[in-house]
Amino acid sequence: MPEIRVTPLGAGQDVGRSCILVSIAGKNVMLDCGMHMGFNDDRRFPDFSYITQNGRLTDFLDCVIISHFHLDHCGALPYFSEMVGYDGPIYMTHPTQAICPILLEDYRKIAVDKKGEANFFTSQMIKDCMKKVVAVHLHQTVQVDDELEIKAYYAGHVLGAAMFQIKVGSESVVYTGDYNMTPDRHLGAAWIDKCRPNLLITESTYATTIRDSKRCRERDFLKKVHETVERGGKVLIPVFALGRAQELCILLETFWERMNLKVPIYFSTGLTEKANHYYKLFIPWTNQKIRKTFVQRNMFEFKHIKAFDRAFADNPGPMVVFATPGMLHAGQSLQIFRKWAGNEKNMVIMPGYCVQGTVGHKILSGQRKLEMEGRQVLEVKMQVEYMSFSAHADAKGIMQLVGQAEPESVLLVHGEAKKMEFLKQKIEQELRVSCYMPANGETVTLPTSPSIPVGISLGLLKREMAQGLLPEAKKPRLLHGTLIMKDSNFRLVSSEQALKELGLAEHQLRFTCRVHLHDTRKEQETALRVYSHLKSVLKDHCVQHLPDGSVTVESVLLQAAAPSEDPGTKVLLVSWTYQDEELGSFLTSLLKKGLPQAPS
Amino acid sequence: MAAHLKKRVYEEFTKVVQPQEEIATKKLRLTKPSKSAALHIDLCKATSPADALQYLLQFARKPVEAESVEGVVRILLEHYYKENDPSVRLKIASLLGLLSKTAGFSPDCIMDDAINILQNEKSHQVLAQLLDTLLAIGTKLPENQAIQMRLVDVACKHLTDTSHGVRNKCLQLLGNLGSLEKSVTKDAEGLAARDVQKIIGDYFSDQDPRVRTAAIKAMLQLHERGLKLHQTIYNQACKLLSDDYEQVRSAAVQLIWVVSQLYPESIVPIPSSNEEIRLVDDAFGKICHMVSDGSWVVRVQAAKLLRKRTAHERAKELYSSGEFSSGRKWGDDAPKEEVDTGAVNLIESGACGAFVHGLEDEMYEVRIAAVEALCMLAQSSPSFAEKCLDFLVDMFNDEIEEVRLQSIHTMRKISNNITLREDQLDTVLAVLEDSSRDIREALHELLCCTNVSTKEGIHLALVELLKNLTKYPTDRDSIWKCLKFLGSRHPTLVLPLVPELLSTHPFFDTAEPDMDDPAYIAVLVLIFNAAKTCPTMPALFSDHTFRHYAYLRDSLSHLVPALRLPGRKLVSSAVSPSIIPQEDPSQQFLQQSLERVYSLQHLDPQGAQELLEFTIRDLQRLGELQSELAGVADFSATYLRCQLLLIKALQEKLWNVAAPLYLKQSDLASAAAKQIMEETYKMEFMYSGVENKQVVIIHHMRLQAKALQLIVTARTTRGLDPLFGMCEKFLQEVDFFQRYFIADLPHLQDSFVDKLLDLMPRLMTSKPAEVVKILQTMLRQSAFLHLPLPEQIHKASATIIEPAGESDNPLRFTSGLVVALDVDATLEHVQDPQNTVKVQVLYPDGQAQMIHPKPADFRNPGPGRHRLITQVYLSHTAWTEACQVEVRLLLAYNSSARIPKCPWMEGGEMSPQVETSIEGTIPFSKPVKVYIMPKPARR
Repeated sequence: MPEIRVTPLGAGQDVGRSCILVSIAGKNVMLDCGMHMGFNDDRRFPDFSYITQNGRLTDFLDCVIISHFHLDHCGALPYFSEMVGYDGPIYMTHPTQAICPILLEDYRKIAVDKKGEANFFTSQMIKDCMKKVVAVHLHQTVQVDDELEIKAYYAGHVLGAAMFQIKVGSESVVYTGDYNMTPDRHLGAAWIDKCRPNLLITESTYATTIRDSKRCRERDFLKKVHETVERGGKVLIPVFALGRAQELCILLETFWERMNLKVPIYFSTGLTEKANHYYKLFIPWTNQKIRKTFVQRNMFEFKHIKAFDRAFADNPGPMVVFATPGMLHAGQSLQIFRKWAGNEKNMVIMPGYCVQGTVGHKILSGQRKLEMEGRQVLEVKMQVEYMSFSAHADAKGIMQLVGQAEPESVLLVHGEAKKMEFLKQKIEQELRVSCYMPANGETVTLPTSPSIPVGISLGLLKREMAQGLLPEAKKPRLLHGTLIMKDSNFRLVSSEQALKELGLAEHQLRFTCRVHLHDTRKEQETALRVYSHLKSVLKDHCVQHLPDGSVTVESVLLQAAAPSEDPGTKVLLVSWTYQDEELGSFLTSLLKKGLPQAPS
Repeated sequence: MAAHLKKRVYEEFTKVVQPQEEIATKKLRLTKPSKSAALHIDLCKATSPADALQYLLQFARKPVEAESVEGVVRILLEHYYKENDPSVRLKIASLLGLLSKTAGFSPDCIMDDAINILQNEKSHQVLAQLLDTLLAIGTKLPENQAIQMRLVDVACKHLTDTSHGVRNKCLQLLGNLGSLEKSVTKDAEGLAARDVQKIIGDYFSDQDPRVRTAAIKAMLQLHERGLKLHQTIYNQACKLLSDDYEQVRSAAVQLIWVVSQLYPESIVPIPSSNEEIRLVDDAFGKICHMVSDGSWVVRVQAAKLLRKRTAHERAKELYSSGEFSSGRKWGDDAPKEEVDTGAVNLIESGACGAFVHGLEDEMYEVRIAAVEALCMLAQSSPSFAEKCLDFLVDMFNDEIEEVRLQSIHTMRKISNNITLREDQLDTVLAVLEDSSRDIREALHELLCCTNVSTKEGIHLALVELLKNLTKYPTDRDSIWKCLKFLGSRHPTLVLPLVPELLSTHPFFDTAEPDMDDPAYIAVLVLIFNAAKTCPTMPALFSDHTFRHYAYLRDSLSHLVPALRLPGRKLVSSAVSPSIIPQEDPSQQFLQQSLERVYSLQHLDPQGAQELLEFTIRDLQRLGELQSELAGVADFSATYLRCQLLLIKALQEKLWNVAAPLYLKQSDLASAAAKQIMEETYKMEFMYSGVENKQVVIIHHMRLQAKALQLIVTARTTRGLDPLFGMCEKFLQEVDFFQRYFIADLPHLQDSFVDKLLDLMPRLMTSKPAEVVKILQTMLRQSAFLHLPLPEQIHKASATIIEPAGESDNPLRFTSGLVVALDVDATLEHVQDPQNTVKVQVLYPDGQAQMIHPKPADFRNPGPGRHRLITQVYLSHTAWTEACQVEVRLLLAYNSSARIPKCPWMEGGEMSPQVETSIEGTIPFSKPVKVYIMPKPARR
């Protein structure tokens, strides 16, 4: 029995270090290769030793697919390919390919230069790793090898994020990566056609949330920023360098322009400039509005947003600063946070999801006293606001996508176990598809029933068509033919042709049956009575009375004979070929009921 | 085209009146059969299918008269049988369809042939085309039940065709011709009554999505034709909602909506539970669900259908089922323990947040449709309006201007039902800083009819509007108007603000504000309008406020109402509100003066002239005083002026003098004729609300002017050649007049035309000199026609706001290149401004240029009002000095556009310029001078 097996190495009932192994029809594919923000030890990378203890990974994996450039989806890639060792193809979209190395380099810098970690991947490794990448276009079908093919769909979320369909023969799996069903200021909504995969692996970050109007949130955000700035406070917005940051930038930029505000907006790290450059280039990946207006003005050319310098943090007066990383776990955003946390005029706006264990998660949970490194305690007086701007599909969005793709079963990853449980229940109830939510290292096995294509000869098809009424689209129909299996392909042909092709002689198979009739008359007369009876019953069949006294109905032969022992009964011999089984058995049962009384 | 038309009209007329003229028409007739004959010859000549196709294409470009259609059809059919090439047969089949649509031709005679060829046809494409032809024939003969039945039969027979095109056409045929009622089908004997709905319904599951779509469309067509669809269709349609193809889903959504309107109260079970709900609710849920469909085409369709909903209790479905958190607060999304999962069925009842979805859609087309849907629902339900307010306000920040504009308009439409909260007002007012003028003005319109709940709200609105005024001074008028309504709507809220707004102090006199400051005027407009219904307010005014009031009341009377001020008499009692309702005196006066004028027939010429002059003067004055009557007064005055001119022209003493001596005097008469013509065009096209009654009179007056012109020309020119042409033209005009206004002729007793028509036979045969003589006497004898006054009549007017024409700085540009001039004008009572309003630029060298503004440049801020905001491109060769060019607006007219089209022209291809051609123009705005300076290009 063929089956699809799925094992999450990361992101199983968890958010972070997405890494899912899928084996489908003998092909092994790794989906995403991310790191975990919450850990600084070995746990931050997926456990690749699960795949193989010794020997190169290349032998065990057919390809690696990266859905988008967020580090929790691609952060372990250089480690995996260069340090563990993988030489096979890595697939990602063009924007991901462009932006991914920037983020990896940034991550490396923080880990090595700031935290002084040894045994971390080097810049050269990132470069080598990126050389193995094959870039794909949206909706382009890429043949990984003869059987395995993949196809990317638009996923929203961040620039270049894609959902991937992995297909071998008639079996397929769709992996969504992270996606967004509501469009935002710079990206469109995820879209997939009705591809009916065997399995849909979907993220479930917001498994229990149905978000309200996005506009409402935007308005609140702008209002809060505006008010704080008018009060003379400073606003810190911790973001990931890419993704939400661009959306919020566009939002603030347009707002500043409309309201004619002069308060400076800064964006930390030079990384953003590089990334923004790519945003300007990949206009076809953005939303309707930006695509239509970029000829007049590229929305990513900001007028009000300037680069941030570390010294600016101590400047007096109001300002808005976007700083990385988004969960306040390290880097510039944390530094600025420590500087500004003491003033109640200031505000920090957390625009996205925070992993447990990060400072972001702590302050959002209401903690007002934070223990920092070196045993200092930081008192948080500034206002803490949460604005869900992170671009993940909400519960309704997930259900919507499942509805769009119509999979046979769904597998949830990239979410918290408790919330997944809830969504799983919902999906099973309302969409009536089976749903799985494996933990890390747990394998889900799905039996599949692959369809086998069979060729049919045109002659046979036409003949069958001519016999019956119109074929109905959704109804199966019975068809007589011979199945020939030859050179691993299947053909359905008419039996004559099959005989001819195989050089076999035809055997005739006839059934005969005796029916006893009470009739005192002569055989001929009995035959005549049978003839007239059948003639009257079987109106649309060809009933003939042959000169030798026998009766034929199509190919069924009936002969009356008088057994010597009893003149009162006649024996009716009924004989039919195998093909006419239906008619023959009908006739015998009809005749067994006896003949009607002759009118004379 | 027009000349040809007139000729035809003329011929037919003469055919009726004068038997001897028939010879001429016969001559024309001889050429007619040649059309089919020529086609026949052409087709026989054709050596290859490509040739034949070419001939057919050429033939198709020309119209065919109704009487020769049959001949042509026979020839086409004959060739059809002979033809082997399917493409030629296809063209012939399509031509048959076109020809059978010809007005005045009954296609039942070709139906047998069409069905006949259909049976022998092998090519699927040709088959489809033939079925299309049959559809054309069938729709042409809606009364003939037998034919319809036959066609339906044919369609059913071909439904099993393997080609989707043929099946499509069959279904279309069934949808259009399928018998509506069972009882009728029984009348048509011999043909078994078919259940068309069942047949069409079977094709809902066809394998081809195009056929499925066609089946649904056919069903919808049946519905449109008045057939009551079965309820069983609902379930079938629901299945199609999950079709793989967007066009099928899109059509299915429509069908579901239709059925839900037919059987709103039926009960349908909810799958997977024992509950049942009303069908209309179920359908609503399903349509809502489709708002989040994968294809935006379907989403637009679904969103559009949502607005058609009548029941409004669904409003609550806007809000997500309580089980899910809103995600607004952190930590809010912990799963609630053990909910009754059977109670909430998220996907099935899909309605949850359908609007939120629609409003947030990626494609702005969907968002606009959703906003419109909100608008329709909110208009029908105040409670819903209240609820959707937040969503609408949010849409004010949409990224696409069109959507913002649409939502502002929507808000305006529902603003009677709602009162804005302060925070909502805040968001609304923030949009005032938008850089788009359309948005700002739409917002002003919105504020005009908004209810504000608190005095802070009013203050906020005022502050924001003043901010807007400083930022965009061009918005001045719009802001003043806005404040006028804001003041008169909220007198009690304005009252406590007055001291602050006027910055009065209980003890000290404050400085008198600058009377020319637009911001101060804005504040005053607000206060004075509030004071109108708030008698205690004037007590708070300081002295200079009263002075300013008097000044503004005079200078901006449309913005400042009359107030009852303590210790003062009302400035003008005539305009006081108590008198306006009973405006009878002025109305009566108007009527009386007009009555008096119509008796002038009995006066001597001198007296008649004087009477007319006085009446015209009276009317003009009345129009100035009474704005409501201005349209009527002007209209009548113009008419009387025409009559006056006519009388004056006829009173010239020297009519009987020999032609050569007459030259000098004729100037006056021909000028009068010309002026009358102009005035009649103004009357016809510059007033909205002119009815056919008036048009007759106006045309009649113009006819008189033309006659006058003819007489004058006859007197002044020597030689008969030009006269011949003129005479003939004039007689054509008369003929046209008679044809077009045949119904109104009885009202024109004793008039010029009445007499003229009596003498028509004689005129036709007379020599020009004689015609002129007859005309002259008739003009003198004809009676003055009474002009019935229309109910509502308004004179079209236009004001150019920009360019203001006051600038001393010339607009410099390099000669030969273009410079763009922004033109902003308001138009009042202009019908169809997109086609009629033009901009004219007059250069100092007399060169005039007419610019056609784009249809998108016109905005329609309110009934009867339009606004033209466009750019005019100027260019000229170099000048030595800056000079002024004149910009004005013209009203283009085309009197032949009112003529109903000839039947054969409707079917055939019409040259589009016929409709858009301009016969003449009327300037209807004051010209504005713009200082420009084209400089020679530097090399």
